[in-house]
Amino acid sequence: MAVPLVFFGLFFAYPVAAIVGRGLKTDTGWQFGRIGEVLSRPDIADVLWFTTWQALASTVLTLLIALPGAYVFARFEFPGKQLLRAVVTVPFVLPTVVVGTAFLALLGRGGLLDETAGVRLDTTVWAILLAHVFFNYAVIVRTVGGLWAQLDPRQEEAARVLGAGRFAAWRRVTLPALAPAVAAASLMVFLFTFSSFGVVLILGGPAYSTLEVEVYRQTAQLLDLSTAAVLTMVQFAAIGAILALHAWTVRRRETALRLVDPGRTAHRPRGWAQRTLLGGVLLTIGLLIVAPLAVLVERSFDTPGGYGIGFYRALQDAGAGGGTFLVPPLEAIWNSLQYALAATAIALVIGGLAAAALTRRGGRFVRGFDAMLMLPLGVSAVTVGFGFLITLDEPPLDLRTSWILVPLAQALVGVPFVVRTMLPVLRAVDGRLREAAAVLGASPLRAWREVDLPLVRRALLIAAGFAFAVSLGEFGATVFIARPDQPTLPVAVARLLGRAGELNYGQAMALSTILMLVCAVSLLVLERLRPDKTSGEF
Amino acid sequence: MSTTKKIAGAALAAALGVTTLSACGGDAKDKPAGTSDAPKSKTVTLVSHDSFNVTEAVLKEFEQQSGYSVKVLKSGDAGAALNQEILTKGSPRGDVFFGVDNTLLSRALDNGIFTPYEAKGLADVKPEYVLDKEHRVTPIDSGDICVNYDKAYFADKKIAPPQTLDDLTKPEYKNLLVVENAATSSPGLGFMLASVGKYGEEGWKDYWSKLKANGVEVVDGWEQAYNERFSGSAGGKKAKGDRPLVVSYASSPPVEVLYGEPQPAEAPTGVATGTCFRQIEFAGLLKGAKNEEGGKALVDFLISKKFQEDMPLQMFVNPVTKDAALPELFTKHGVVVEKPENVTPETIAKNREQWVKAWTALVVK
Repeated sequence: MAVPLVFFGLFFAYPVAAIVGRGLKTDTGWQFGRIGEVLSRPDIADVLWFTTWQALASTVLTLLIALPGAYVFARFEFPGKQLLRAVVTVPFVLPTVVVGTAFLALLGRGGLLDETAGVRLDTTVWAILLAHVFFNYAVIVRTVGGLWAQLDPRQEEAARVLGAGRFAAWRRVTLPALAPAVAAASLMVFLFTFSSFGVVLILGGPAYSTLEVEVYRQTAQLLDLSTAAVLTMVQFAAIGAILALHAWTVRRRETALRLVDPGRTAHRPRGWAQRTLLGGVLLTIGLLIVAPLAVLVERSFDTPGGYGIGFYRALQDAGAGGGTFLVPPLEAIWNSLQYALAATAIALVIGGLAAAALTRRGGRFVRGFDAMLMLPLGVSAVTVGFGFLITLDEPPLDLRTSWILVPLAQALVGVPFVVRTMLPVLRAVDGRLREAAAVLGASPLRAWREVDLPLVRRALLIAAGFAFAVSLGEFGATVFIARPDQPTLPVAVARLLGRAGELNYGQAMALSTILMLVCAVSLLVLERLRPDKTSGEF
Repeated sequence: MSTTKKIAGAALAAALGVTTLSACGGDAKDKPAGTSDAPKSKTVTLVSHDSFNVTEAVLKEFEQQSGYSVKVLKSGDAGAALNQEILTKGSPRGDVFFGVDNTLLSRALDNGIFTPYEAKGLADVKPEYVLDKEHRVTPIDSGDICVNYDKAYFADKKIAPPQTLDDLTKPEYKNLLVVENAATSSPGLGFMLASVGKYGEEGWKDYWSKLKANGVEVVDGWEQAYNERFSGSAGGKKAKGDRPLVVSYASSPPVEVLYGEPQPAEAPTGVATGTCFRQIEFAGLLKGAKNEEGGKALVDFLISKKFQEDMPLQMFVNPVTKDAALPELFTKHGVVVEKPENVTPETIAKNREQWVKAWTALVVK
């Protein structure tokens, strides 16, 4: 408990408090009057309203579209399942600039939808909502599906034997068991969409603005720290409210579950209904996730002289006609992997410890800590980044120009995933198993190793996958601190897109394709690492 | 209880292990060995925005001649990079900051982040660029934000491309122009300021009402405007962009040639020279710099002939010194903007926020 507490205190709470404090405190003392002043501005009220409703709509839409997917991934066995699970996670790591490009190619003027149906969705709120589903599909599939796969289907079957209808059995047995995971996943989607930045900028056009966009503008462009501070506090309050609601739902529903090996719960789809469901989910994934990704891949090969690998070849060259980088763009892959590995390690250690502490103890303090761990998801990268600048500026903690700052900042966003993925599983572990082990003479460490660890190993790997993917794709904080001779993949893509010229554009597409591949391969490897080779997924 | 402690211990060890490992991973330049005991630091740090670039050989030459090793730190776009310097005033991350332009100059000077230093070679800089008489900042480069046009489009339609700001409001250019958001994008702001420069602090809003009536489209950033919506760029062609007019830079056509695949004989795009706003970028010695001597040498280097002549193909901007020769790419495919629009840094600082608000209310909403 102490380690995560210190980590968050030092690298999150302190920097953010410092920058907010800087905004609200002037030579004449605290300026709390600014709060009312800012909040009563009509443009800020518009921003608040839009931020909230689009996040709610995005969350509901994501749940509607992704829950059948979670079920299919949990219960059905079909060829290519693992690959597909990796693919749906890819959007998560892509820079929003790139995704915006892909979505516009499908939904914008002259796009697929325009040519086939004459419908244009760019600069409408639909483009934003669909892009949010695209980004967050994996959150539902991986967190809800992960638990679903481990629920014993025989409990539901038993209920049906006892006379319950199919729906009643699901509602009374499976749903309560699943509820904490659904709540946790929806919360994450809500937080992500509530603090949406790039998607809203690119697909919504300048007419739409979220709180996060406004915080960025006020901080990075206008240096109006007091307005930014007020908005950051509003964001805190909103997230606090959501977290409180979430804690309340989880406490009401939480029960120890019988978890089983996921390999035993999945089977090939049987019958007409199940096959249709599988087909529907595959079609959705195809249209919503694979198609935009395919556009990017297509463009990366679309050289002026016909399809070819010209853009990829150019990536090996540092100085191609002027050189956007001091190193060949290809080296960005290695940089990204190093940063992401370090960030994942930190996130797993901190998040794992926090999750363990949260399962063991109750009380108001611990619940508060639980909520605090989620806050980095809802706080703008620019706030944290600027906070780093004014707090970590003295030895021994003058980390402002240090390598480690990148993985530290990335881990902040990874930790909540680790905690959220592990908590439902850890909490679901039947305490009696642990007690039984203790009665039989096992030390607490041994009991943990023999009882908890095997059950949570899967959750741990899922969590690692998330943390890794998040770090790989993180852009906002990285761009402030990544060193020019060590750009990460998203930073390199952004720099290439920032210049005119065919070759730069093509290289950006090629590098995005590589980012997708690196992410998909890493996730596949992580799933392979799963110790239990006997399960049916292989 | 003891379990938690043990795990915590192990985890802490692991976390520290990660830190140590990564410390080894960083290169030696990071740790100026012997900074504390040596009288003169050997590392000089340049803080800049994302667009900073220099040829490695040119930088190496400076390092060899001066005996300093240069560390470059890029931190976001120009606005964000400057604001970070203002926040860390007195305890800067580096010795020299490069990348404050005339739209932000007053903010930098009012916040007092620079130490005055009259660079060696300042006499070679064209006097119209030396905006700060106290030499807290030194001009390094200039570039023009201008409307670019798609040559093929206007040739096909047999219409002459627009030349001036007034042209853009004419019916033959209806629904053809895409611009960036003045609130979030630096070319967007520049283009807005061009209209202020031309029509004055009163008249510019009228001009934008006319532009709006003539179907101007606003997108958030340069990347979307240029790579998605503009029909003349490589990205825009693939994305089926249908706007043949875009706010970009006077140097964009040479860039299209340089990064063409294969390089075309003529640039596919042109520049409307009567629509330009001139950006001048400055560098300054940071107050509280750990290596002031090195910082001064670095500022001298930035206006040296070597760096000035390297700059155009690295950052696609123009030199500010009189004798720096432009590369052939620029002389052949670039344009010379004779009369760019101008607004003084003080006027910009005073009105910027209010103008941007008025612009947003007028054009975006």
